[in-house]
This record gives sequence, C-alpha cells and structure tokens, in this order.
Amino acid sequence: MSDTTLVPDAAVEEAARKPVRRRRRRIDDGSSVAEARGSSRWVVLGVLVALTLYAVGPLWWLVVAATKNQRELYTTSGLWFGELNLWENLSTLFTYQDGIFSRWLWNTVVYSGVGSLGLTLVSLAAGYGLAKYRYRGKGLTMGLIIASFLIPGSLMIVPSFILFVRLGLYDTIWAMILPGMFGSFSVYLAKVYAEGAVPSELMEAARIDGAGEYRIFFSMGLRLLSTAGATIFLLHFVASWNTFMWPLVFLKGVEKWPVMLGMYSWLQRGTDSTVDLTSLVLTGSLVSTIPMVILMIAMQRYWRSGVTLGSLK
Amino acid sequence: MSVNTHDNHAGLREPVPGSPHDRRPGGGASPRGHTPRGHTPRGRIPRWNWRTAQSVKGASFTFPFLAGFALFVLVPVGMALRESVYTTKSTGGLGFGGQTVSFAGLDNFAAGLVDGPFWAGMLRVFLYALVVVPLTQVLSLALALLLDAARRRTAARFRIALLLPYMVPGIVATMVWIYQYSPTVGPLTPFFEMFGLDVNFFSSSMVWVSMGNLAVWGAVGFTMLILYGALQSVPHEVFEAARLDGASELRIAWSIKVPFVRGSLVLTSLLSIIGTLQLFDQPLLFRAVTPETITRDFTPAMMIYDQAFKVGNLNYATALSVILALVVGVASAIIYRFTNREES
Repeated sequence: MSDTTLVPDAAVEEAARKPVRRRRRRIDDGSSVAEARGSSRWVVLGVLVALTLYAVGPLWWLVVAATKNQRELYTTSGLWFGELNLWENLSTLFTYQDGIFSRWLWNTVVYSGVGSLGLTLVSLAAGYGLAKYRYRGKGLTMGLIIASFLIPGSLMIVPSFILFVRLGLYDTIWAMILPGMFGSFSVYLAKVYAEGAVPSELMEAARIDGAGEYRIFFSMGLRLLSTAGATIFLLHFVASWNTFMWPLVFLKGVEKWPVMLGMYSWLQRGTDSTVDLTSLVLTGSLVSTIPMVILMIAMQRYWRSGVTLGSLK
Repeated sequence: MSVNTHDNHAGLREPVPGSPHDRRPGGGASPRGHTPRGHTPRGRIPRWNWRTAQSVKGASFTFPFLAGFALFVLVPVGMALRESVYTTKSTGGLGFGGQTVSFAGLDNFAAGLVDGPFWAGMLRVFLYALVVVPLTQVLSLALALLLDAARRRTAARFRIALLLPYMVPGIVATMVWIYQYSPTVGPLTPFFEMFGLDVNFFSSSMVWVSMGNLAVWGAVGFTMLILYGALQSVPHEVFEAARLDGASELRIAWSIKVPFVRGSLVLTSLLSIIGTLQLFDQPLLFRAVTPETITRDFTPAMMIYDQAFKVGNLNYATALSVILALVVGVASAIIYRFTNREES
C-alpha cells in the first residue's frame, strides 16, 4: 500500500523539488566540484557528442534522403542535401495509388485517437473506482490487473485471432480500436494517481451537497485526474501509432491499414517489383515520424511521469 | 450535523451522518449514528442499503474495464490453453473449410518441445539477448553517468537529442537502419570501404550485428532516461561526503551511483529481455530485404506467426505461444531471483 501511494507523491515532489535542486546546483557550480572539471569535462563532452551523433545521425540521413530525387538518392552522399526535391516527393507520396498514403495516415489517426480516448475514459473510471471505494472483489480485481502484467503479448495474438474471427471483428476497424481500450497498466496508473489526486474529503463534501457518485466522478473526479488522463492518452496514442504486428494479423484490406503496415508493404514490394519505392518509403517514414516527435517533445512532462511510474510498477 | 466527528475519522469513505445520503429515520443526531460500520442487525436495514448502494456504484466504475478485460484478455488466455490441446484437420486454407476438431491432449506441446526450428529460434534470441541487453544497459548507464557529470543545462540539451531515437516509431527506425545498411543507398557501405572493408550487413554472420545495433540504438535513450532519473534521486550530500574523503569521480560513480540505480537496472534489463525473447517486427522487416538470411522461423514469434497465419495450424501455433510465454516467465523469474539474491 505504501509503495503505491508513494508514487504520485514522488511526482509532486519532483515538481516541487526542481527549483530547490537548481539552486543547490548553482552553488555547486560556483564553489565545489559537483561536476567534472578541466580535462575530464572535455572527455565527458566528447563522449556525449559522439553518442549524440550516433543517435541523431540516421535521422539526419532520413531527413536529407527525403528531400532528394530518386537519382540523387543513389548517386550523392547521404549526409548532405542535393537538389531540393521534397515537395515533389511529398506530392508523389500523397498521390501514389490514388492517395492511399493519406488514407493510411487517417486510419492511424482514427485508431490511435478513438482507441486512446476510450482507454483513457475506461481506465480513469476503473482506477478511480479502485482507489476511492471499498467493496468486495476489489482485491480480486487488483490481483487480475497485476497478474496480467505478466502475460507476454505474443501469447495473445493467436487466440485473439480465433476469437475475433468468431466475433466477426476480424478485418474490421474495431479489431484495432477495441482491444486496446482495456489496458491493465493504464488502470494501475490511474489508480495510483487517483489515490493521491482525489481527496476523499472533497468527495464527502460533494456528497453533502447532494451530488451522486457518478456526478462526482464526471464533474470532479475526471478534472482532478486530468494529468493521469493525459499521460494514459499519450502513452497509448504513441504505442498505437507504432503498432505493427496487430494490424498485420487482424487487417486484410489495404484500405484499413495503418501507416506502419502500409509502409512495410512498400518496403516488401520495393525489392521484388520493377517499381522502386525507396523514395516513397523514406518520405513516408519522415511524414509518419514527425507527428510523434512533435507530440513527444511537446508533452514530455506527461510521458516521462508515465515512464517513471511504469518503471516503478 | 451535531454529531461527533470521530465517526468521520473512522473511515473517510463512511457516510457523513446527516448527509442527504444518510436516510436513517432518526437523522444524524440519533445515537445509532455512533455504531461504527455495523454488521449489527439493528443498523442493517437502512444503513446497509445505503452502503451497498455506494459500494455497488463504486464497483461499477470498474465494470466497463472488467467487461472488456474479460473479453479481450481473459477469454483469449483461456482460449490459448484450450485451443492448444486440440488439433484441427482441415481441407482448405486458413482452416475455415471442412475441418474436424479432435482432442489431442498434450500432443501439440510434445511436438513443440521437440520442434527443432522452434528451439533453434529460441536459442538465437537467447544468444542475441545475452549480447544486446547487457550492451544496452552498459551504454545507457555510461550515458546516464556522463549526463549526471555534465552541467545541468548541457545535460538537458543532450538528453533531448539522445531521446530522439526513442520517439521514432520502431518500424521507421528499422527501415531507416535497413537503408543505412543498404549497399546502394546507405552511407555505411562507402564508409567502411574507406577503410578497405567490404561489409555485407545482411549476410548471415552480420545480420545479428545489424539488428543488434538497431536495437541498441532504439533502446539506449529510454533506458538512459530511467537510469538518469534514478541518479537524480541520489542525495547529493553522499557525494559531498565521498569527495571530502578524497574519492575520485570515477570511484564515486562506481561505488555510490551504480549501486543506487541497481533496482532500475534490473527492471530495465528484465523489460528488454522480455521484449527480446518475443522479437518479431525487426526480423520480419529484415526478411523483406533479405529473405534468404532471415528465414520464416527465424525467431519463436516469427515461427508462431508463420504456423498460425501462413501454414494455418492455429492449434499448434497456440501451443507454441504458450511454450514461449512459459519460457519468458521462467527467464524473468530466474533473472529476478538471481539479481535479488545478489543484492542481499
């Protein structure tokens, strides 16, 4: 119990600690040897720069390659721009096969968006119920949630396929949206957060004012849990944007594919047909990555707290 | 509201006597209000109803989740166990044609346990994990320590750049690296040619290195973030004390910082081993460009996929999934026990 309640406190603490820490560091910079100094400082910087180049290099190459035309892609060095051909590449990408790429992109947005919204609501409600109420069967629910962390993803895929065929969900968009809405980790995250963020006194006050339990949740609980909601939404949105094996198994129709699967089909075809799709795959990769990078950088606060929570689980 | 307050303290989820939910006839002021969460027959009739209503409503918040969880998690797990003890003899395609289902007992498991290609794949991912996971951990730890040693503002700048690979979708990352390795468009082949080396990144001896590099590239940022976070929570007074005692920065890193992040190291290793044993996406993409090196049963997960959706033997594929899940579970348990024992 103390383990789980500790987590949101830690998050709050981190926020509260920041200015303090910075102040302490500043003093360190002036007087003591908190950081490496002199020659060792340059070694530290040098290694960091080298590893940063390793991390960023391939992405730089991708950006450069996406701006080149087919011929220059093969003839010029990959590390610097040639003739700027980005707009042509983009228009080829979005018009190829009647604009199937924009269809894939749209599918991905729908699957990720609707699925994450559903997951967020379901998880917040369940986490709130588990954190703020006492009832029989709660322990069992928590047990199931924790136990399900141990189920490896590869165990689920074949039986889910059999089940979805029977339910008539195979090759429908629901196969992409529904199963993701019931993630036990998100519920765990919401529960841990609700324990710290929703004061029972506030709920009591709302009850005294005559609000029903559901009304309390929808008008007060959801608002208090908005940070947890953003974290859950973001983590699932990104995961669902990147998912590959699931649509590979569950979606037959090209029209329903998400963008990752679509690009895989291009990568596959690029090698065994006369059409060279390399340029399309590269531009497509860049286009489908940029939203993720922007989202992750903009919402760092949320996913980093989620990641830390995940590592404490 | 003239009731005692310690009734409130007895449990925050208790009703406030006198609140609109408290439908006791006597109102909050009645002495019965003092009965603490009674299972007494006296308090039962009005109060029990009230509490039941609240409990049921509270529990009902979890119902949507539980319904979905039962359907999409519990049912498939149950089906995995059930389907794996049957065999389906079918006449057509994916097993939708004429078919006869018969109980096979543990035959599928027996076949799976002596399935050469399956265990060859298992050995591959185990050896691969044995190299890639420690390498990722060491590199991430080194990075986290370096960031910790750098000035805070410098660290913040590098951190974002180092995290970029983590933000790139895994499929895109794999494709980008496939192109880096490509002899026609990639920059790596000409780079190694400068040193007179003719490297074929897709040859059977190199393909593991190629995939391992990609895995390390994708995982280092994330692992570094977790370790760096753990380092930040080390009380700085400890370092000051060590410095006063004349410990070098390296000594501090090794003797204080590393033991401090041990828990995070164990956890990230565990997560990456679990992921690596189920390796699927990356080899499948590599297979698209080099099908002769990456066979269709290259990893256990690929073999399961192949058996289920190409061969159409769903029952056998399910049995293999159960075996893989057990291997993953046993491996995690052993690592967990092993690292925990070392700690004590």
